[in-house]
Amino acid sequence: MGATHSASEEVRELEGKTGFSSDQIEQLHRRFKHLSGDQPTIRKENFNNIPDLELNPIRSKIVRAFFDNRNLRKGPSGLADEINFEDFLTIMSYFRPIDTTMDEEQVQLCRKEKLRFLFHMYDSDSDGRITLEEYRNVVEELLSGNPHIEKESARSIADGAMMEAASVCVGRMEPDQVYEGITFDDFLKIWQGIDIETKMHVRFLNMETIALCH
Amino acid sequence: MGFQMLVPFGPWNWLFLLVALRCGGASSDLSESTNSSAQHELNVRFAAAGSEPAETVSVFALDYDYVQIPYEVTLWILLASLAKIGFHVYHPLPGLMPESCLLVLVGALVGAIIFGTDHKSPPVMDSSIYFLYLLPPIVLEGGYFMPTRPFFENIGSILWWAGLGALINAFGIGLSLYLICQIQAFGLSDVNLLQNLLFGSLISAVDPVAVLAVFEEARVNEQLYMMIFGEALLNDGISVVLYNILIAFTKMHKFEDIEPVDILAGCARFVIVGCGGVFFGVIFGFISAFITRFTQNISAIEPLIVFMFSYLSYLAAETLYLSGILAITACAVTMKKYVEENVSQTSYTTIKYFMKMLSSVSETLIFIFMGVSTIGKNHEWNWAFVCFTLAFCQIWRAISVFALFYISNQFRTFPFSIKDQCIIFYSGVRGAGSFSLAFLLPLSLFPRKKMFVTATLVVIYFTVFIQGITIGPLVRYLDVRKTNKKESINEELHTRLMDHLKAGIEDVCGQWSHYQVRDKFKKFDHKYLRKILIRENLPKSSIVSLYKKLEMKQAIEMAETGILSSTAFSIPHQAQRIQENKRLSPEDVESMRDILTHNMYQVRQRTLSYNKYNLKPQTSEKQAKEILIRRQNTFRESTRKGHSLPWGRTAGTKNIRYLSFPYSHPQPAGGDVRAAEFTDHDGSDAEVPSIMFNTHSPTGSLQEGRRTQEIIPMKSLHRGGKPPHLGYQRNRSQEEQLGRGRRAVLRPKPLFHAVDEEFESGEESEEEASAIGSRWSAEHRPGRDLHRSHSPLLQRK
Repeated sequence: MGATHSASEEVRELEGKTGFSSDQIEQLHRRFKHLSGDQPTIRKENFNNIPDLELNPIRSKIVRAFFDNRNLRKGPSGLADEINFEDFLTIMSYFRPIDTTMDEEQVQLCRKEKLRFLFHMYDSDSDGRITLEEYRNVVEELLSGNPHIEKESARSIADGAMMEAASVCVGRMEPDQVYEGITFDDFLKIWQGIDIETKMHVRFLNMETIALCH
Repeated sequence: MGFQMLVPFGPWNWLFLLVALRCGGASSDLSESTNSSAQHELNVRFAAAGSEPAETVSVFALDYDYVQIPYEVTLWILLASLAKIGFHVYHPLPGLMPESCLLVLVGALVGAIIFGTDHKSPPVMDSSIYFLYLLPPIVLEGGYFMPTRPFFENIGSILWWAGLGALINAFGIGLSLYLICQIQAFGLSDVNLLQNLLFGSLISAVDPVAVLAVFEEARVNEQLYMMIFGEALLNDGISVVLYNILIAFTKMHKFEDIEPVDILAGCARFVIVGCGGVFFGVIFGFISAFITRFTQNISAIEPLIVFMFSYLSYLAAETLYLSGILAITACAVTMKKYVEENVSQTSYTTIKYFMKMLSSVSETLIFIFMGVSTIGKNHEWNWAFVCFTLAFCQIWRAISVFALFYISNQFRTFPFSIKDQCIIFYSGVRGAGSFSLAFLLPLSLFPRKKMFVTATLVVIYFTVFIQGITIGPLVRYLDVRKTNKKESINEELHTRLMDHLKAGIEDVCGQWSHYQVRDKFKKFDHKYLRKILIRENLPKSSIVSLYKKLEMKQAIEMAETGILSSTAFSIPHQAQRIQENKRLSPEDVESMRDILTHNMYQVRQRTLSYNKYNLKPQTSEKQAKEILIRRQNTFRESTRKGHSLPWGRTAGTKNIRYLSFPYSHPQPAGGDVRAAEFTDHDGSDAEVPSIMFNTHSPTGSLQEGRRTQEIIPMKSLHRGGKPPHLGYQRNRSQEEQLGRGRRAVLRPKPLFHAVDEEFESGEESEEEASAIGSRWSAEHRPGRDLHRSHSPLLQRK
């Protein structure tokens, strides 16, 4: 009885921290245990067990995102070696659909958090800027599925995208001005028109049903 | 008012039409029906040649009956096309009303003329002609240009809404009208339930043509658009199916004999008809995709195969009383993906344009016929029926929209707001589809057919004109979330990244969502279907293959011609470039986006246009030209300078300002040489050789280890000339400098030609090179502006 009492307390605590419902937490816990092999923590190697993830072009970035200290809110940079269930939930909470009952300010906050997660995916060296190098890296990974695309094309695309970003963020640049990289604020600016809310979400809880509605 | 523009186009045509009709009228006075007279004339004409001796040789004779039908049909089509031209030329007009309004008006006008001149119009419209010839092209075009991805993402909602919505509307309107008919005062008591239901089914059909035309102007967000579009597309099929079922009922039974078994049979039939049609469509789609695999040597028949197979699927389905519309839609959707990869570029263009042309012709003919019928003697006006029809159409649509969406919103992650639902409600524009079905009601079963036709016409006119014109302002007033297709590379990149991210997270969670269904399908598709249906050895991206082609061409050119002398080519190019500002030219953005869309999912989506009225311009052709021009320029420049490599910048351009160049970018060992080359048209730099860089593997590996994030803007490099690499020389080894310099040259290939700034006159064009050049430029830079201020270019983190 003591055990269940503390378990449900934990669950409630997690509910409060991450915003998931208790059903969702239970389900994710099951999944966590399955991935970790009943260990209390997950390491990077555990992600190799997921077959479908192998085919994902940005697999390494996704796995890395789970261990990124910035996403885990544990520090400004660096990677954790292993994560426990609470960390797992923290990462998952970035993908919760935005609740329509929330008010405007909270929606903005949520949006910002999601965008920050994305930003961290691009900015692999945690310097707060997405440099051309990092951008190129991302594009190359994204296009890595197609063997016919040459690296130069990928690079050119990244270069072009960077330039576009510069023109959006900084406007007209002085001849001597340097554009070092996309900062988080610039990133927000780029994303202003695009609604991330409809794109970056995962429907939790419906594990068995095939959700045909969007 | 808007027709002032039409008038200049019009008068000659009106003249011809009138003359033709007069002559036609004259000659058709001879006999009762034009058909038999035409036949008769035909016989007479050919008989006369043989048997009777002519009395005189007629120098000039007129035989209108011989050509009457094709002549008038052609005139109608031409007239509508001219009206469309005038419509778009006169600018305020497209903003005011959708194009379908125009077509209806033109039709009415032609009808007025025909009625006025008492001319017997050619029998263009009867049941077989409509269903066999006029309808398939319209549906085919709708299915072919449907954006598949958003459609399938929302397919649950779309099926739910389209299917149930059509049924609710049909039965609702039918039943309510029946109740109205029961009221003695309106004089409608002879219209029984079945007739009412049939009328309900045909009037509830939303017309895709009209709807799309209406939404052309109002750019609503993608979800909403998909719902409306999907509904219109499926709705057509469903209402025709209902119509046929009910007609069968009407024919077979008296009202009293219909038992529950029959109703159940009807429902089962409904399902079978729908699914059977789709099944046929898919089969034919695969067959045609398979056949196009082998057509590389006779690409002229590729469009033929596409069209014939689609049409065949329609006919085959119709033979078995299955839904031909759904069959042809399914065929188009299935076929598109594979056929696009197999056919040649020109065939692809042909298919696209021919499809649009056919559907445009069909639509025109239908609208004109509708107009012709409006002004005529086959009307029966019954105030009650017409008004109540109109009222019930709106009421039932509102009921179905709000009720169905209330339910489906429970299951959607992103529900449709009330505003969205209002727009969906308001988008119920009926069109030629309903009219055709009404017109084709068999008179024997429907003694009051004329009344039905009248009511249908009133509803169509009302919805097309009133709703069509006001929907734009309504969208603005309600402030519906608009689409923000910014068409930027960044957006494309981010969206794709997010898709993969989502898939990854879902895999981690062990979720099974529709997204993964899609993924699984893709894998299956990739493994089996593509191997069977797609020609071997084709690169997956059209742009890459085009690019390769151009590379080859240039290599050949190089081998053959050696040094080219004329530089005249480059100067106009330079002039052209001066106008460009700092942004990427649209072609580049397009090409980049195309590459991204083509390759990130290994699915080619060539037809990105939702709107049938605006075809996406053929960017790859434009690009090809641009690429070729640029390449020629760079090639000429490079050969002029004595370079042997083509990767120089396009001639006459200024600096490309490059934004951030971290130096640790790994280059492929043994990759391309990037000759940093700017050319100065003044020719003052003739003595400065350009600089060549080779990818050194040692440097490469050195760079990989490095994590410095030095960022040097190209601009300042160019400005700074010497100083930057003086700085380098101070701090680094030669090798590193070379490598780094090479990095900094990073420039897109001319394919993605980017930012060009104002050419700084008098500047040595090889600034970029200079910065990088390190020891090279140190040697090769004679009178450089070494004293240029060394702006703080090296930005450390």
